[in-house]
Amino acid sequence: MKDVAAIALFVLVIGAAAVALDSGVALTFMMMALYATLLAQAWNLLGGFGGQFSFGHALFFGSGAYVQAIAQLSGGLNAWLALALAVGSAALVALGVGALAFRYGLKGSYFALVTLAFAEVFRIVALSLPFTGGGVGLMLPLRASAANLQFGSPRGYVLLLLAFVTLALMVTAWLRHSRFGARLQAIRDNEDAARALGIAPFQVKLAACVLSGAFMGAAGAFYAQAFQYIDPALAFGPTTSVEALLGAIVGGMGTLWGPVLGALSLHLLSEATRNLFGALPGINMVIYGSVLVLIVMFMPRGIAGLGLSVRAFWGRQGAGDD
Amino acid sequence: MSSILDFGILFPSLLNGLTTGAVYALVALGLTLIYGVLHIINFAHGAALMLALYGVYLLRTHFGWDPYLSLPVMVAGMFALGYALQRVVINRASHGKDENILLVTLGLAIVMENLALLAFKSDTRSIETAYTLTTVPIGPAMIALPKLIAFAGALAVAAMLLWVVRRTDLGRAIRAVAKEKQGARLMGIDVEHVYAMSYGIGLACLGAAACFLLPAYYVNPQVGSGFVLVAFTIVVLGGMGSFTGALVGGLLIGVVESVCGLLLGDSLGQVGIYMIFIAVLLFRPQGLFGERA
Repeated sequence: MKDVAAIALFVLVIGAAAVALDSGVALTFMMMALYATLLAQAWNLLGGFGGQFSFGHALFFGSGAYVQAIAQLSGGLNAWLALALAVGSAALVALGVGALAFRYGLKGSYFALVTLAFAEVFRIVALSLPFTGGGVGLMLPLRASAANLQFGSPRGYVLLLLAFVTLALMVTAWLRHSRFGARLQAIRDNEDAARALGIAPFQVKLAACVLSGAFMGAAGAFYAQAFQYIDPALAFGPTTSVEALLGAIVGGMGTLWGPVLGALSLHLLSEATRNLFGALPGINMVIYGSVLVLIVMFMPRGIAGLGLSVRAFWGRQGAGDD
Repeated sequence: MSSILDFGILFPSLLNGLTTGAVYALVALGLTLIYGVLHIINFAHGAALMLALYGVYLLRTHFGWDPYLSLPVMVAGMFALGYALQRVVINRASHGKDENILLVTLGLAIVMENLALLAFKSDTRSIETAYTLTTVPIGPAMIALPKLIAFAGALAVAAMLLWVVRRTDLGRAIRAVAKEKQGARLMGIDVEHVYAMSYGIGLACLGAAACFLLPAYYVNPQVGSGFVLVAFTIVVLGGMGSFTGALVGGLLIGVVESVCGLLLGDSLGQVGIYMIFIAVLLFRPQGLFGERA
């Protein structure tokens, strides 16, 4: 119940701010922060709760982005229908890759490697196929109207992303309290013990992978609609994969609010960097990489883990309220 | 199709593949050594190779050093970098969990690649030497001299590495730590030192590879990511931690890439490598020469 109340409050505050604010800068900031949040939440479902570290989540993001664009350009589909198709396709890719990887028991480094390799294969194939536009990429025509899922102001995208983020928050809260979530976390903590208790790791991990892939696909579809342009490097390149895992790890893996905190902190950090150093190529990623190393060295449980330690400290001091 | 499979076209392609494969093998030997001893996958391997390539490039453009004569400096420099990285960053960040090392080496790779992007922009650079365009006839094929030197040099360095691991005290300590860490510690081996030595030697291989590679190749900040999956493929194909596997796998992958490139065009030639990679990971994760999954 506490989770649901907190999520409702989050939606109210962000939704009200999106409606009330009129500054393009503020709305664009919210849009990009929510987008980063969605990536981190998607990764968290599989990486944080399932313990399966994917280094190639751009695979699902890019699949969603390309299906969103191709369904409209070649299929003549309405953008909302394309969105459903994009999310479904990303989930399907996740089902296929997940089934292969988990069927053969790939774990840890091997799982990270195989997701990375699949993302690379998709990138190279997208470079060579006729209907993906090759290296030139695909451009969506600008037709701003809600019926086309294109908005003249960032506000529309903020509300769209808020819907996705809320859905992801609810799925995450469900993972925290449901039987399925308990099974998934048991597998993360000790797969052999989980199996001994009668849990089927293959099905549970696969389901988490599909959920995670679907949300990545939604993020990809948003990207195609909002920026009206994708190419193989944007869609399947390593930047998106890193952004997704970084937000979840910095914020705190396997928590409800960690990815939100992590994505927001990283987005603030990258804005601050841009103000300090200008748009130097690569400076953002230098800082992201350093943050990753420092967080793993000094705060392996992320920002949310810090909050938990403070709470545990106070709990020891006085009467614990949890 | 018959014209492509003609001996006169296939033979040079095979030779080219073997020469590239020898350098791949050198890169993969470093990776497999680090895996065998530390049981970690070094995601920073490609980025470290890229740094080494820039090192050779700078020595050439600023001091006029011949890339082959830079070899001792590059090997020593990369060894020092690796030793320090393992001792100061990777070892401290691990907290005894493999996932942490995976993430830290990924972070290091991101930092290295983007520092290079800041310093050198994304331009692709190469060096000119007197022998860049020299070719040597072998049968019906004309092979570039730098590629032949790379082939011989990479095999020589690989032989030296095997000698160090199999015949010296350091090698015995490395093998002891790889097999049984606690036992090695009880025998008085400084495990942290051996870890750092192994990581250092792994990167030193990259220093050597860079010297052999640059005269016939190029460098840009992204060049490492191309090598990193290729090197992983070789290590996985040969069996994680197996030196013989890395050597054979390297030569094999070089040939596969070259022949696939000939048949399918350059961009799809790489897909052949990744398909092998995924297939081996799925169906034979212990590799051709590996002992355990």
